[in-house]
Amino acid sequence: MSKFKKKGKKGAPAITTASLPDIVFMLLFFFMVVTKMRDSEIMVKIQVPNASEIQKLEKKSLVTHIYIGSPVDKYVPQLGSAPRIQLNDQFAEATQIPLFIANEKTKVVRAKDRDKMTCAMRVDKGVKMGIVTDVKTELRKIDFRKVSYLATDLGDQ
Amino acid sequence: MKTKKRVVPVVSAGSLADVAFLLLIFFLVATTIQTDSGLNVLLPAWTEDNTTQDVENRNVLSIIINSENELLVEGKQAQLSDLQARTEQLILKEAESPKLAIVSLQNDNGTSYETYLAVYNEIKAGYNHIWDNESLRRFGQHYDDLDKRSQIDVRKNYPLVISEVEPSSIAISQ
Repeated sequence: MSKFKKKGKKGAPAITTASLPDIVFMLLFFFMVVTKMRDSEIMVKIQVPNASEIQKLEKKSLVTHIYIGSPVDKYVPQLGSAPRIQLNDQFAEATQIPLFIANEKTKVVRAKDRDKMTCAMRVDKGVKMGIVTDVKTELRKIDFRKVSYLATDLGDQ
Repeated sequence: MKTKKRVVPVVSAGSLADVAFLLLIFFLVATTIQTDSGLNVLLPAWTEDNTTQDVENRNVLSIIINSENELLVEGKQAQLSDLQARTEQLILKEAESPKLAIVSLQNDNGTSYETYLAVYNEIKAGYNHIWDNESLRRFGQHYDDLDKRSQIDVRKNYPLVISEVEPSSIAISQ
């Protein structure tokens, strides 16, 4: 009689899958944090024009968005369909831009980077230049001159 | 006293992974890493007094877009497709030196943004073409492949100057 009992079955021990959820959850949290759902709800209808000489916007944290277009159907009864400017989550006038930009600037932690900030103008192609010029003028007045007119690549069409 | 051993039912954790995977896949799909791209522009500096700078006519290509989205280049009606060639002609031939060349762009308040951007795009296309040729000549590489310093070097000889006239104050001497 041996003291040590042999185990009945021999074979590869089962790998426990108990930690699998942990791994998957870790991935899940990673993606949840990384995912940036649209930063603000866009309340204007925008179809950007085409252009061929476009460049990618690099540092996303240094980009400020200004939207210009006709309000979406939901807001038409109150506001009409004339083109409007949207800053963050609300409709705004061109005169509110200096304050908006100043706010955006404070969000950039490093003062050195503030000069590199770009204003991305997402403007509907049907909009008349009058409202765009107003925005441009406001930006020029506060010496925030780096602007990118967002457009889609002609090659993609 | 004897305590009865309570049997704790084991909750199977096997399906937890499935649930987590489902969520993971949802986030993977929902994540849109959008890359915005656009026409980069440096707006002209703001000056309170509207000082007009006298520039010789031959150095200037004046482009006017009216509210009907029609183009007037150097006083004559023109097509959008001609603009790139006209810009290159200005820089390389008409202007005293490429450094002095100025494109003057004026739009009406009623001009559509699409036309304005198309015009801006054509002007930039003209310059990009010249920059590309220049860098091929000097470095044997395309402009886009050059490093930042060489790009600036190329641009220095052919600076992109677009003067944007206020839509309200028309002041172009033909």
